[in-house]
Amino acid sequence: MGIYLNIDKKAGNFHLNFLHSCEKAVIGILGASGCGKSMTLKSIAGIETPDRGRIQLEDRILFDSKNRINLKPQERSVGYLFQNYALFPTMTVEQNIMAGLKGDKQEKRRIAGEMMERFGLEKLAGQLPGELSGGQQQRTALARILVTQPQTLLLDEPFSALDGGMKERLRLEMGELLHSYEGVTFLVTHDRDEAYQLCDHLLLMDQGKLIEAGPKEALFEAPKTVTGARLTSCKNISRIRKTGLYSVCALDWGNLEFKTEKPMTDEITHIGIRAHDFYPLNEWEYSMEKRRGVNSVFPVKNPSVTELPFEWCITVREGILWKCPKNIRQHQADNSIPYGLGVKPSAVMLLRE
Amino acid sequence: MNEVIKILSGLDWSPLWISLKTGIVATCISFFLGIITARWVMKSSKGMKAVIDGILTLPMVLPPTVAGFFLLLLFSKRRPLGILLYEHFSIKVVQSWLGCIVAATVIAFPLMYRNARAAFEQVDINLIHAGRTLGMTEMQIFFRVVLPTAGPGVLSGTILTFARALGEYGATSMLAGNIPGKTSTISQRIAMVIQDGDYLTAGIWTLIVILIAFLIVFLMNMISGRNMKHIKRW
Repeated sequence: MGIYLNIDKKAGNFHLNFLHSCEKAVIGILGASGCGKSMTLKSIAGIETPDRGRIQLEDRILFDSKNRINLKPQERSVGYLFQNYALFPTMTVEQNIMAGLKGDKQEKRRIAGEMMERFGLEKLAGQLPGELSGGQQQRTALARILVTQPQTLLLDEPFSALDGGMKERLRLEMGELLHSYEGVTFLVTHDRDEAYQLCDHLLLMDQGKLIEAGPKEALFEAPKTVTGARLTSCKNISRIRKTGLYSVCALDWGNLEFKTEKPMTDEITHIGIRAHDFYPLNEWEYSMEKRRGVNSVFPVKNPSVTELPFEWCITVREGILWKCPKNIRQHQADNSIPYGLGVKPSAVMLLRE
Repeated sequence: MNEVIKILSGLDWSPLWISLKTGIVATCISFFLGIITARWVMKSSKGMKAVIDGILTLPMVLPPTVAGFFLLLLFSKRRPLGILLYEHFSIKVVQSWLGCIVAATVIAFPLMYRNARAAFEQVDINLIHAGRTLGMTEMQIFFRVVLPTAGPGVLSGTILTFARALGEYGATSMLAGNIPGKTSTISQRIAMVIQDGDYLTAGIWTLIVILIAFLIVFLMNMISGRNMKHIKRW
């Protein structure tokens, strides 16, 4: 059973084409804008129709071009949270929530009332969407969806319309909601924090193709492609030349030598190192490590520093970025700039184009 | 002053009723036809859209007399359609009140159609998608989501349509003629009395027209203003 997605759709120059199957989970689709992630979501909802393919969610076939199955959006039992929430502007919060309900008015009001209570919207029942804050709009949209008891949740960039603090709070709320939700969830996003925090299983997409897929932990620990590394926000990526079975020369970083944990194959064209994976070394430690020869080390040259609330962003040389945790009360970076940096072979990710 | 009272007391009020009746009927027809056509044109392909839109907008940009001429060609009792209508259904368009309605509708219809279409095209497509995924039928979506959202635009289209239908002169005079008590609308009456040199009566009718026009637009604005209060638009 599980989930089976095979979508093939051409739209102008853009070609969305991929196949993936996995177990029921909170599935995140991570990609840059225009990669086809929204079109995938719309195909699942039945808003867009693929040219060919099959979409099956557990025991329900929503679309199958071979057997001419194409359920209407109304029959797919999906709850679609739109990026701008798409609340009906002329209806009140209560009317919006009742919009998808069937049955007599009393019953609808009762069910909508329960849902408003769950989302803390009771006081806003008579308000119009234009009078609500972004967070209230999102809650209303979620209430409107969940009241119809959909078997699938489709979340399209749910937090992109919100600002900082509100975003974080609603993400936590969403996490709880998804945890207790029994159906399948698809979450489309370009934000790796969001994807990591809310999803179990991730699909990385680029230009209509599926680049990588798998459990989020595995994908973040060891992406296999350059695009995958970028999408999981690896800051340091360099072209390489092989110098041995377990060592490479980083062409974009002044030909520094790096040792790898896994043997090099012909497929590997790049390496990636996460900005947090370097560790600082003083002059003595540097020479010790260099002599030991287990980890890769290099001296810091022309550092430039940017301060963030909780970390220093230090460009150490030729574009290598190091993120060093710091205290919020600390503002002088001078002591933080070490003589050199080291990196373990296991932190050097082997990537293919 | 005495003269004004004398004219007023002896005034034939029939043009007022004929104009109002014509305006209301023509607006009703245009309202439904305009909305249906707007939806139909929006759904058609790009090339078709341009052609149909052009044809439907023609009556608005052409001189009304040209539209009147075409209508006369179509409905004349010496022409196939006119003969058919008259002999089989006893319907007479030329020189009749029906002619007033046909002329006013044809001239005013593009205003309704264009405004309705512009209003519908402003509706966020995601609202419709949302309605579908929530399980609403297409009819529910149209009447409960699209129409109310497009409301202000549709309403202003209706106002303009009514105003245009009320004041129609060119096509009406050609198709329906100027038969007192039957097809003589206010605008035709004004033209007639001016030809007779009766500027005072013309002035009185002009004042009446101005009053009606202002009243209607004012009323409609009040209504649409009330509906729009909650919708934030610039």
